[in-house]
Amino acid sequence: MSGGVDSSVVAGLLKAEGHEVVGATLQLYDHGAATGRRGTCCAGQDIHDARRVADALGIPHYVLDREARFRSAVIEEFADAYARGETPIPCVRCNQTVKFADLTALARDLGCEALATGHYARRAEGPEGPELRRAADPVRDQSYFLFATTRDQLALCRFPLGGFPDKAAVRAEAARLGLPVAGKPDSQDICFVPQGRYHEVVARLRPEAAEPGEIVDREGRVLGRHQGLARYTVGQGKGLGLPRREGEAPLYVAALDAPRRRVVVGPREALPQAEIAVGEVNWLVPPPAAPLRCQVKLRAREAPRAAVVTWDGARARVTPEEPAIAAPGQAAVFYDGDRVLGGGFIRRG
Amino acid sequence: MAPLYLDANATEPLRPEARVAVLAALDLGGNPSSVHAAGRAARRLLEECRERLAARFGARPQEVVFTAGGTEANALAVRGLGRGRRVLLGATEHAAVRAAAREAETLPVLADGTADLAALAARLAAGPPALVCLMAANNETGVLHPLAEIAALCRRHGALLHVDAVQAAGRVPLGLAASGADTLALSGHKLGGPPGAGALLLRPGLDLPALIPGGGQERGRRGGTEPLPAIAGLAAAAEAAEPAAAGRLARLRDRIEAGLGPGARVAGAGAPRLPNTTCVVLPGVAAETQVIALDLAGIRVSAGAACSSGKVARSHVLEAMGLGPDAACGIRLSLPWNAPEEAPERFLAAWAEMRRRLSRAAA
Repeated sequence: MSGGVDSSVVAGLLKAEGHEVVGATLQLYDHGAATGRRGTCCAGQDIHDARRVADALGIPHYVLDREARFRSAVIEEFADAYARGETPIPCVRCNQTVKFADLTALARDLGCEALATGHYARRAEGPEGPELRRAADPVRDQSYFLFATTRDQLALCRFPLGGFPDKAAVRAEAARLGLPVAGKPDSQDICFVPQGRYHEVVARLRPEAAEPGEIVDREGRVLGRHQGLARYTVGQGKGLGLPRREGEAPLYVAALDAPRRRVVVGPREALPQAEIAVGEVNWLVPPPAAPLRCQVKLRAREAPRAAVVTWDGARARVTPEEPAIAAPGQAAVFYDGDRVLGGGFIRRG
Repeated sequence: MAPLYLDANATEPLRPEARVAVLAALDLGGNPSSVHAAGRAARRLLEECRERLAARFGARPQEVVFTAGGTEANALAVRGLGRGRRVLLGATEHAAVRAAAREAETLPVLADGTADLAALAARLAAGPPALVCLMAANNETGVLHPLAEIAALCRRHGALLHVDAVQAAGRVPLGLAASGADTLALSGHKLGGPPGAGALLLRPGLDLPALIPGGGQERGRRGGTEPLPAIAGLAAAAEAAEPAAAGRLARLRDRIEAGLGPGARVAGAGAPRLPNTTCVVLPGVAAETQVIALDLAGIRVSAGAACSSGKVARSHVLEAMGLGPDAACGIRLSLPWNAPEEAPERFLAAWAEMRRRLSRAAA
């Protein structure tokens, strides 16, 4: 229970269905420190909201201290990834560690029969066990962020919001249940980064990722200076600060060369890759022995594209039908229609 | 089945004697500082409470300062006595004391949780006059520091001694004069009174500047209208809390400790301890998990020090005792004055069920 509308509705729905519901809220970071406000409690308003909702529903509620775990598994990994020249997705790391690995373990320790969350995804019982599917609402679908959930974890998970047509319906449900958070605004993208200034967080933890360096073209010619690798991602065309060259094609980030602290740029057509390497793969189907024809989503806000995934037992190779831009550190998630087959993290080619 | 409350060190259930005293004081009304008859009646009750509390803990009435609670009593002593002195803090002190010291050196404890007297002697000899802060009984483990020896060391080196007696008061024999301490902090709700009142007892002749000057109440040591109902409850609870009755709690505690089963151990087991407290360490199982599992089974215990957010923080007490990673695996059981005779069996049944489930989940 994050204290937001979604998980509050989940708790309310399950309680109304007659389940014995136990609320859990993760204390992930020192809220006062993250927002730069001295003297505030380690807990933000969200924890108090979660407690109010639990009280309103009459369910036990616990605040779980996961600050140390979140710092090492999510925040430091976030900064490390930038220092490696990648573009991380901290929400996936959080789901993969603090949320689903640790909370499923706690749920089992407490003798719970299921772990329900407010994620927008669907879980279906298939012939080979539980399947992860896209949410009914394509705008809210979070299945991309859940690819790393293991089959064992998925067995325990429930996503009661997956079938809701849209957020308005969830808010209406919150109001119907009389929850005190029905009108609360949606949360921001990265919870531990105040006001979206993520490069300040990175600079504090990994100063080298914030050090200036050269912007070069693919032949190594120096075109300008950059303000730290953490400010760039593969495919980015804005914010390079290069002088506009008359009659020439605009330049985009083609690669981030962390060892030499260089941003490598090239024309748009030079960016797409015919083949994309994917590591840390989690399969939600039996790992395919032969090349798998499916759809692959290479970033959160884009549609899946037709591709072939080849699995060698350790890494996956994604061959999109048309070459595609892929940023190392982002997730490549494999779909068959609505169903998530698996996914992994994009590696440097 | 009714829940089983084993968290007396967080707050004791209200004693009936305290309840009667609180209600009587609420009905009495009046401000002890008023000159009229209503004020005089309130003043009479206040001073009577002061005398009773002083008598109960071996202090003189004029050296009892009523505060809003144990935290304030501790802060009043540490801030007041610590001025111009270096402060030596026990490693297992409560946050009420630790947070009140602006700068402090930490005094280590031995593996059983008692103060390292050799280290204390060395520190006292090594520098200018100090204020030593050591608690009578630890809130998490119940371990008692050897106060008489500590006081003798402090006297020999010209150091002042502040004793946080919040957990010890009413549970073991304790007196300001007998302890040799300069100041002793008490809390009403840990004695079975209501929350909202505490007291600092001062050695005869010792004086302290106020933290809250206000209208000069409490002989200028603590401003603000005295919370008379809470103070009346404190005095009544202090008289009702009879260390002799603790023998019963010690027997209940021993039955719990005897039935924990293999793998679990008791922190500070070899040291003198409060009769009502046991800190059970179950290696490999987070204290948080144990507290939640037991709560869902109707058994109220705690772990570490609860932050106002409700999260379970790691235990600095168990860390100071050298438990390493197991410092995150200890829960505190503290029997209240009215613990039922079947408390050990009920706890142990829930405990065994929790351990069975944990081993199934691990398999």
